Amino acid sequence: MADTTATRAKVRWGLLDVAVVVFALTPVLWIMSLSFKTPATLTDGKFIPREWTLENYRTIFATDQFVRALINSIGIALIATTIAVVLGAMAAYAISRLDFPGKRLLIGVSLLIAMFPQVSLVSPLFEIERQLGLFDTWPGLILPYITFALPLAIYTLSAFFKQIPWDLEKAAKMDGATQGQAFRRVIAPLAAPGLFTTAILVFIFCWNDFLFAISLTSTERSRTVPVALSFFTGASQFEDPTGAICAAAVVITVPIILFVLFFQRRIVSGLTSGAVKG
Amino acid sequence: MADIVLDKVSKKFPDGTTAVRDVDLEIADGEFVILVGPSGCGKSTTLNMIAGLEDISSGELRIGGQRVNDKAPRDRDIAMVFQSYALYPNMTVRENMAFPLRLAKLDKETINQKVDQAAKVLELTPLLDRKPANLSGGQRQRVAMGRAIVRQPKAFLMDEPLSNLDAKLRVQMRTVVSRLQKQLGTTTVYVTHDQTEAMTLGDRVVIMRGGAVQQVGPPQELYDHPNNLFVAGFIGSPSMNFLTAKVEEGTLRTALGDVPIGDRIRRELEGADAPRELILGIRPEHFEDAELVDDDTRRRGMEFTAPVDIVESMGSDKYVYLSVEGERATSAELEELAADAGAADFSGAGSNLVTRLSAESTVTEGEDRRVWFNLEKIHLFDPSDGRNLTLHEGRAAGTFAD
Repeated sequence: MADTTATRAKVRWGLLDVAVVVFALTPVLWIMSLSFKTPATLTDGKFIPREWTLENYRTIFATDQFVRALINSIGIALIATTIAVVLGAMAAYAISRLDFPGKRLLIGVSLLIAMFPQVSLVSPLFEIERQLGLFDTWPGLILPYITFALPLAIYTLSAFFKQIPWDLEKAAKMDGATQGQAFRRVIAPLAAPGLFTTAILVFIFCWNDFLFAISLTSTERSRTVPVALSFFTGASQFEDPTGAICAAAVVITVPIILFVLFFQRRIVSGLTSGAVKG
Repeated sequence: MADIVLDKVSKKFPDGTTAVRDVDLEIADGEFVILVGPSGCGKSTTLNMIAGLEDISSGELRIGGQRVNDKAPRDRDIAMVFQSYALYPNMTVRENMAFPLRLAKLDKETINQKVDQAAKVLELTPLLDRKPANLSGGQRQRVAMGRAIVRQPKAFLMDEPLSNLDAKLRVQMRTVVSRLQKQLGTTTVYVTHDQTEAMTLGDRVVIMRGGAVQQVGPPQELYDHPNNLFVAGFIGSPSMNFLTAKVEEGTLRTALGDVPIGDRIRRELEGADAPRELILGIRPEHFEDAELVDDDTRRRGMEFTAPVDIVESMGSDKYVYLSVEGERATSAELEELAADAGAADFSGAGSNLVTRLSAESTVTEGEDRRVWFNLEKIHLFDPSDGRNLTLHEGRAAGTFAD
C-alpha cells in the first residue's frame, strides 16, 4: 500500500516537473528552431525546420554591429561584476564583522537603492551623464550597473560571511596574519561559494539589462547586445530580420550558460565543515 | 619563551560593564597556569587580552619584560588553541600546521621539517594530507595543538581546548597536554571552567569570579586552604558541604551538634561587629563511619547521627548522602556556584550532606548512622563577605586553632 502511494506521489511530482520544464523551455526551443529556418519557412508554424540553414548566424556575424555589441556586453558586464563583487565583499565583511556607527543606516540605504524603480532614474541619469561626458561610453553603463548590483552583492555576501566562524579569523591573527592576510587567505577562500554565487547573479543582471543600455547609449561604441538586437534590420531594408534576431538571441545566451557552468563547480556547499566543532 | 606579567589589568566594555578588574598576575617562564571560574568570570577575556584579541582598558601587560599592550597579536609571538579548534577547513592538516610558518616567511624546507617534527610529537603523521572535515574531534584537537607548537612561540594560550571532547577522550587528552607542556617547557596559560582540569593540569591555579582574582596558588594549596567561600565551593568534587552555624555561648550551634571553637576563632568573634552566624564548610572526605575510627583519631573530631539517604559505592570508597535538619546555608557566593552548576532552582527540603566514607563501611540506605567528622579540617566563613575565618597566615587549621 505504502509503495503504491509513494509511486503515485512520484509520478504526480514527475508530471508536474515535466510541465514546468516544458513551459519554461518551449519559448527558448522555439527561438532556436526559428534561428535555423530560412526566411521562406519562417512562418510555417512547424517546430522542426523543414529546411535547415545557418544563414541567420552568418548574417549576424557578418555585420559589425552585432560583434561590436557582443564585445561591449562582455566587457561591460565583466568589469561591472568584478568591481561590484570586490566592493560588495568588503562592505559585506564589514557589516557582518564590525559594529560601527551608521551600520543600520548603510544597510537601509542599500536596501533603498534596490527598491528604487530604475525607470524613474533613467531621465536624471541621462542628463547627468550627458553633462559629465559619460553618455554613450562604457563607464556610463558600468557605473549604474555597479550601483544597482551592489545592494544585491552586499546582501548575499554578508549572509555568507556570517556563516564563517569568527574563531577562524582570530586563529589566523594569532598565527601571525595581518587583518588583510586573514581576509585574503582564510576568509575569502571560505566565502568563495558566496563570491561566485554573487558574481553569477550580478553578471546576469548586467548582461540582461535593456533599460539603461537603451537610454544611456546612442551608438555602437557602447551599445550592448540586448539593445543591438532591437536595432536589427535584415540584409536589406525590406527584409524581415526575425531569423537574425532569433540567432542573436541564441548566441547571447551562450556566455551566460558558460559563465554559470564554469562557476557552478565552485559553488559547493559545506566548504566550512570541519573548521569548528558542531 | 618568556614570562607574562599582568599589572592591574582591567577590561571595560563600551556598554559600561567591567569584565576584568585589576588583575595582578605573574606567570613565570615555563610555568603552566590555569585560569578557572564559572562562566562570565572574565577568564576568557583575560586570555584574549594576553593574546591581543581584546584591547586592554587599563593596566599593563608585559611578555618577556616588554610592554605589549598596543602590539598586534602577530607581534606578540604567542600561539593560541581555541575551544572550537578553529582549523582552516580549506587546508589539509599539513597546510594548517604550516600556515603560521608560511606567514613568517620561512623557506619550504624548514617548514616541512618543522611540521613533520610537530606531527611526530602529536602522532599526526598519517593524517597530514587529510582535510579537517575528515578528522575526529580528538584528531582535530591535536591538529590545533600542532599548529600552536610548530612555531615555537614564547607562550601558549589555551581557551578551553578540551571542553568539546567526550569525557573519556578529555581525560586522555589532559595527559597529552600535560606531557607536551612539560616536554616543551613553554609558558602556558590555560582557561577552563572545569575544576578537575584545573586541579590536575596546572602548576598554579587562578580562580576568578566576577572579573576579579579570588585566589592564586598550587592546586593542593587552594584545596586545603581556600581564601574564601567561593574558592572553597568551587574547588573539589563533590564540593564542600556548607552548613549554617550560629555563634552561641562560645560554641557553634550547627545541624551536626555544637562545635567547640579554639581561642583564635573566639577572639575573632568577640568584636562588636563580628558575625553572629557563620557558614561552616567541610569536605566529604573528612567524614568517616564512626565504627571505623580509632580512638586516637576520634579525639580530633566529633560524631553525630543522621538518616542515610543514598549510598553510592565507587569501589574505592562510598559516597553517602545524609539528610540533616536545619537551614541550608545561603550567601551570594553559594548561589552563584549553584547557578553555575545549574542547580539554582533545585533544592530538596533541609540540607543534604555529602560524605565520603571508607569502602569497608557497612552503611545501608534508610538506616540512622553514626558518622564522625574531623574538626581540624573544618572551615568557617563569614557569610557577608565570604572570608575564611579559620585561615591564619594562609593556613587553615580548623576550629581548634589557638
